[in-house]
Amino acid sequence: MNRIDGVLLPELDSPVRDPWLPRALGWLSLALGATAVAAPGRLARVTGVDDSPAARTVIPAVGARELGHGLGLVAGRRLSAWTWTRVAGDAMDLGLLGQAMADRCGERRRRLALTTAVVAGITALDLLAAFGTARARRAHERKIRIDMAVTVNRTPAEAYRYWRDVENLPRFMSHVESIRAIDLRRSHWTARGPAGRHIEWDAEIVDDQPNRSIAWRSLPGTRVPNAGRVRFVPAPGERGTEVRVQLGYAPPAGALGRAVAKLFGEEPEQQVRDDLRRFKQVLETGDVVRSEGSPEGISARQQIMQRPAQPMPSGIRP
Amino acid sequence: MRATAWMGRDKVKVIDVPDPTILSPRDAIVRITTTAICGSDLHLYHGYIPAMRKGDILGHEFMGEVVEVGPQVRNLRPGDRVVVPFPIACGHCTSCQRGLYSVCENSNPNAGIAEKIMGHSPGGIFGYSHLLGGYAGGQAEYARVPFADVGPLKVPDEVPDEQAVMLADVFPTGYMGAEMCDIKPGHLVAIWGAGPVGLLAAASAQLLGAERVFVIDRYPYRLRLAREHTGAETINYEETDVLDALNELTAGRGPDACIDAVGLEGHHGNAAIYAYDRAKQAVRAETERPFALRQAILACRSGGVVSVVGAYGGFIDKFPMGAFMNRALTMRTGQCHVQRYTRPLLERIQRGELDPSFIVSHRMPLEDAPRGYKTFQKKRDECTKVLLTV
Repeated sequence: MNRIDGVLLPELDSPVRDPWLPRALGWLSLALGATAVAAPGRLARVTGVDDSPAARTVIPAVGARELGHGLGLVAGRRLSAWTWTRVAGDAMDLGLLGQAMADRCGERRRRLALTTAVVAGITALDLLAAFGTARARRAHERKIRIDMAVTVNRTPAEAYRYWRDVENLPRFMSHVESIRAIDLRRSHWTARGPAGRHIEWDAEIVDDQPNRSIAWRSLPGTRVPNAGRVRFVPAPGERGTEVRVQLGYAPPAGALGRAVAKLFGEEPEQQVRDDLRRFKQVLETGDVVRSEGSPEGISARQQIMQRPAQPMPSGIRP
Repeated sequence: MRATAWMGRDKVKVIDVPDPTILSPRDAIVRITTTAICGSDLHLYHGYIPAMRKGDILGHEFMGEVVEVGPQVRNLRPGDRVVVPFPIACGHCTSCQRGLYSVCENSNPNAGIAEKIMGHSPGGIFGYSHLLGGYAGGQAEYARVPFADVGPLKVPDEVPDEQAVMLADVFPTGYMGAEMCDIKPGHLVAIWGAGPVGLLAAASAQLLGAERVFVIDRYPYRLRLAREHTGAETINYEETDVLDALNELTAGRGPDACIDAVGLEGHHGNAAIYAYDRAKQAVRAETERPFALRQAILACRSGGVVSVVGAYGGFIDKFPMGAFMNRALTMRTGQCHVQRYTRPLLERIQRGELDPSFIVSHRMPLEDAPRGYKTFQKKRDECTKVLLTV
């Protein structure tokens, strides 16, 4: 199981929305390109440039270029780059059309104007496709997905019971300040943000298999959609329980997104690893383990900013 | 309180620091009566162990009187006299439950640093760098002892401090070094290093039934201690070729087991070889000078055991893997799982089987700790073991 179940948070786990527009534009390119290469004369008449000897070479060249865009969009991998090549091609075509229109009049000018209008419309569609795919890709890249596991010398039932009481979670999840159970399934989470800010959301348990697994997701309406599942699997060789956590969240763009990114640290994986270490400590030893150098217990940040290994001045509590 | 702090390379100072307080319900506070400087403290003193910070309180061998206990410590009461094992161990993880206390899975809050160097993290140790937890040490007036319901051993009044404090580290470490040799009747055991751990390993090997024990060092006064107190035969590597001597003593077989009680700051009889590794260590191209280990591997009989209790911190060069593999050797290692040994070894002391305090050469007040480090470092005045009394 490599991904959080799609049902938990479709917006997190569904692949980038099927990009039908770029694909459709790709097919259009193929059709236009084939026509331009196979019947340049007819295309020259329709667009009103059949009086120009140069058109006989320019039109098949444009057609070849269109075939390139089309193949890239229909069969290629980097859709967003290929949509931008179409936009560039449009610019070139509009330039050529403008030049052609300048020294013609009458019926030919009318046909050129019509062609220009059609190309301008296609350009608008191309821009829409290009911006759309870029936005989708950025959103996909922002999504964070973490898989992490720890072995705890307790039975699956003990580990499950502790985790199922969601008000226990802040004892080992360092960025979560408090969790209040609203009812058996729903809870209200408050997380510490940068500069004393708080980020709050409601979550619900969507799948609860006693002693085996718990899955939760944020309720609709939160600005930081997140979801997770924890599994409790007996470890081989009577070594307790493998606690396997999968987390996903989708930070929004902009300032709040940056705040959320900071919340989870530069290395979100490290934070989850530390959380699981503290979970193990709390279950096995009864408390988070503290030293004079790390009085708040395990944390990637504190590992870098160690105090000297001597007692804290009295009055300061970790 | 007053405490011995690491202030940089070759520099310790007794300074004023806040008194420790209970941080966890399983903590106890111990008022220290006797503490010792360990050979591995010299590795810190010399700056060979990474992740030290100015002001770190040193010391992992200490004992004293319990003055305060957390609400979950039910086996100890204020007033109890205890010796504290140097590894910090939670007692409830899989490693602790299998007796592997020094690799406790929970006691190093800086496990992330250790993992980057060692793959996985060992447990925490008092006063032994931030790599191993960032715990304040016991060369001080007081210490906070985490997991006090697991580690500390109550010491009966008739066992004096200078015997009991040996149970914090050196006696169990030497004993484990010998135990890992799997000594059978007729076995010959060679030990590199006649410091406290090597001497107590020699005594332990005799207790465990070794036929003959050979101790290798370069200080005549330490070799004399080995002969007089452990019944070992001795080799001075500055005067004799060690491999020749061991072949001679074992009729060409080699010792059945070899104990490295030297670790990362070894010396070598050959000035050129010593200079090679010393230079690499100085520029941090290797972190250790593993002369004893290399020689132990070459000396050991085929199919024998190399037992490593000398401390290493990082990486070594020129490991004789060909000899090690082709001659079917076994290496056994580890920081001592002290909690496993404190009670049985206390009983051996009480029965008079061994008095580990024969290694003590110096006693001085805590305030003289800087002089103690210097004396121990320079091996002045026939120094073997320095006790600091508080």
